[in-house]
Amino acid sequence: MKQKMKGSHAADGNHLFETVIGLEIHAELNTKSKIFCSCSTRFGSRPNENTCPVCMGLPGTLPVLNEEAVRLAARAGIALHCSVNRVSRFDRKNYFYPDLPKAYQITQYDLPLCESGYLDIETGQDRPNGKRRIHRIGISRIHLEEDAGKLIHPEGEPVTLLDYNRAGVPLIEIVTEPDMRSPEEAAAFLKALKSILEYTEVSDCRMEQGSLRCDVNLSVREMGKTDFGTKVEIKNLNSFREIQRALAAEAERQREQYCSGGPDSILPETRRWDNGRGRTVSMRTKEGNQDYRYFPDPDLPPVFLDRSLLCLIRNGIPELPEQKKERFLREYGLNPYEAGLLTGEKALADYYEEVVGFGVDSREAAHWILDELPRIRKDAENGEIPVKSHYLADLIQKIGEGRISRNTGKDVLMEMAVTRKTPGEIIREKGLSQISGPAELQKIIRDVLSRNADAVQDYKKGSAKAIGFLMGQVMKASRGKANPNLARSLLEELLS
Amino acid sequence: MTIDEIQKGYRDKRFSVREIVTEYLERIRKLDGTIGAFLTVCDDSALQKAAELDEKRSRGEETGPLAGIPVAVKDNICTRGIRTTCASRVLEDFIPPYDATVVKKLKEADAILIGKANLDEFAMGSSTETSAFQTTRNPWDITKVPGGSSGGSAAAVAAGFAPLAIGSDTGGSIRQPSAFCGVVGLKPTYGSVSRYGLVAFASSLDQIGPIAGNVKDCALAFQVLRGQDPNDSTSMQPDAAGMPSFPSCLPDQGIRGWKIGLPRECFRHGLHPEIEESVRECGRLFEKMGATIREISLPVWDMGMNVYYILSSAEASSNLARYDGIRYGIRAKDYNNLEEMIVHTRSEGFGWETKRRILLGTCVLSSGYEKGYYKRAMRLRDKIRAAFRKAFQEYDLLLLPTTPTLPFDIGKQHSDPLEMYLADIHTVSMSIAGVPALSLPCGFSRSGLPIGVQLAANHFEENKLFSAASLLEREFGPSGRNTPPDMPPVGKIVDNILTRGGKQY
Ligand SMILES: [Zn+2]
Repeated sequence: MKQKMKGSHAADGNHLFETVIGLEIHAELNTKSKIFCSCSTRFGSRPNENTCPVCMGLPGTLPVLNEEAVRLAARAGIALHCSVNRVSRFDRKNYFYPDLPKAYQITQYDLPLCESGYLDIETGQDRPNGKRRIHRIGISRIHLEEDAGKLIHPEGEPVTLLDYNRAGVPLIEIVTEPDMRSPEEAAAFLKALKSILEYTEVSDCRMEQGSLRCDVNLSVREMGKTDFGTKVEIKNLNSFREIQRALAAEAERQREQYCSGGPDSILPETRRWDNGRGRTVSMRTKEGNQDYRYFPDPDLPPVFLDRSLLCLIRNGIPELPEQKKERFLREYGLNPYEAGLLTGEKALADYYEEVVGFGVDSREAAHWILDELPRIRKDAENGEIPVKSHYLADLIQKIGEGRISRNTGKDVLMEMAVTRKTPGEIIREKGLSQISGPAELQKIIRDVLSRNADAVQDYKKGSAKAIGFLMGQVMKASRGKANPNLARSLLEELLS
Repeated sequence: MTIDEIQKGYRDKRFSVREIVTEYLERIRKLDGTIGAFLTVCDDSALQKAAELDEKRSRGEETGPLAGIPVAVKDNICTRGIRTTCASRVLEDFIPPYDATVVKKLKEADAILIGKANLDEFAMGSSTETSAFQTTRNPWDITKVPGGSSGGSAAAVAAGFAPLAIGSDTGGSIRQPSAFCGVVGLKPTYGSVSRYGLVAFASSLDQIGPIAGNVKDCALAFQVLRGQDPNDSTSMQPDAAGMPSFPSCLPDQGIRGWKIGLPRECFRHGLHPEIEESVRECGRLFEKMGATIREISLPVWDMGMNVYYILSSAEASSNLARYDGIRYGIRAKDYNNLEEMIVHTRSEGFGWETKRRILLGTCVLSSGYEKGYYKRAMRLRDKIRAAFRKAFQEYDLLLLPTTPTLPFDIGKQHSDPLEMYLADIHTVSMSIAGVPALSLPCGFSRSGLPIGVQLAANHFEENKLFSAASLLEREFGPSGRNTPPDMPPVGKIVDNILTRGGKQY
């Protein structure tokens, strides 16, 4: 029943089918050093700069667990309502690939660190008046593992280079239940998850640097059926936009396949998203399932988490997005849409509170951050906020005091993002101060009135439009610098 | 020569470290062509270190507990800047950029690394014949094998190439060659010596230990090697109470009132009658010293071999997968793509015994995780451990043969691998249980070959092994003084120095 309801919600409008989606998310943990050695996890170092005999898998070396990684993974588990296992263990996953220095990956197989959690997501909240719905997405497990290195294929040269900087960087793999029913839900889940991982400082979640990666399992089935269809894995999805497009395209492909060749014509395979062609492409079939020959890693003793340590980890978890949203609603008088957008990203929420902290009106601050900031932010590097919080606070205050107009304020904001100057400097250098002196304004207005006698006549006959026209002429004559409130009252005064 | 004798000579200024090292190197140069104990001899670095030590001593500075003692290290233990081959083509040119923890400890104790000893390829074998590079001969009879896999280490001590050697034991690889070569070898408690830098064969079983000419030297070396290591998460610090300092626990601490168990399962078919007689004689000697000897039954004994081959081959198949020719070691010359490069490198690089075990281990692991062989073997390992725990609640020691046979002919095992696997039959169970066990000489066969007897104790009770072994040693005489018949006596080293110079230091 529940699923039927979900199915009828399918965004693609194909009411005969239901899309079933489960995610496997890899997030790099925010540790200073790697999971089994003391090498740095810094991104962007020279190739193989952050390596040592242990993470290169040299003969005779042994792994030593970085306890910070366990703490961060447990923290993620607690924030995602998982039960954290008091005893967990590491296993070896054996396969040959040049980016895997030991020819096995140390991961957790049958005793993961965290199990059976969930995350509630809201769909529809990205539109101000969208119909908001809450879904609970099950999380079957979170386990710790090490990342692999990277293959580099220099263009036009018949060689392959290897960079092992990433080998041994700690990861958590978060596996969801197949609880999502549309690409929108999958994207909403991933956004909510990213936000929690950022809030808890478990991961910096930079998708463009690969510190958050998402593989998707997707299948379709006829509406009303309870058995799952054949699932297809989709790899290499590097942005929210790509995920939504890829999932929609893959669901469409499977539905067509189902209709033309029947359910058995959908093969269990791994596909990758080809962004250029806008469709998924087969990478390999899953027939003859790869045998990873898992067994417990004899080099690492089991991980024990005692009650007091778990307690410490639990107490160390900061305010989560949901709690922050509630508080924003309460403290700042925002509507749920605004509060949801602001708290969806920790950096943005923190920025907002800084601006408000300088004494700016909380609704004004929300308006500027949600409506004006995104325009200049989309060009910034790494999605950073390009204007310091106290500059924005200063700007909003100057507008409030009538020193500059709202429209001029938008230009100043642009200018601040580029030049990093204070609003005061920009206003001064560009001569953007509003004309708020009544004498100066009166002179301009008298001038305008004498040049537009027709409009004055219309006004006196009762035309409402005439005053608008005259205001426009005043603003034009002042080159936009007239304080509009003052100008209007002076105009009305002089006309009466 | 014993460690004591050498160090007394240093103290009495009868000779310098440089002279001792020079003499040992000379002996190796003359005789190792026949024995083949070493894959690498470290002439230059050994002489340099010797000179440094003489400097240090002349300045009156304190030196470590193994100061000036030449030591041979099995070539599967990493030595910084010195080739470490595991007796395999695949690592023929591998020069580690780091020292194994035990090598670091030896250096800190001022021991002198004199060479890297031969072994079965990746420590897989019981005769040192699977070495890709050379055959090592038993110094007591050069037509016989020295045992394995630490055959080079045991032969080096027996031939007087070094008073001390370091080996590794996975299923008997220290004890069995020690028995064959008539020297003392200890497989310590699993976790008491760091494995960092030991090229892994079977990680849950591998353990580094000393091989020496007598019990006291063996104990002294163990004292230096043991201890928890932050680089090895499986290394452990025993309770302080359970670990008296070794040399002091040796003399005159009798074994009166001890209960010693004689596992019935070891004295069945296949045991060489002369070995059986020697072990029983040891029992009678212990009885005379006031201990009680009882025959006991350990029904888990018979599982030992199966559990051992499942666990060790499975772990080996994973541990040896990294030799793909990409980062270090050899790389096949002929390949068209990546997969071929890996396959050809491994086909050319590994010997037959190593391949056999990798295949066996791959099959073991392919049988699945939850219900597969590896997990079942782990459960049986728990049973074996429990049986040993129970036995040691009642008994202080177990007394048993080290090997079922006397040293066998070189070349014989190739015809029958099963026979090679049986060479470990009396040693694997202690490896699986993780308890310490020591092999020491207890006389010779009528054919003049050494016979070894094995003692086993509970976890971290190496002190009991040393106490009982040193008492037994008094009856048989330390093996180090008995030089193999065709070799000049080891004592000659001092004579040579003294007759040549006679200079006082
Ligand atoms: Zn490293």
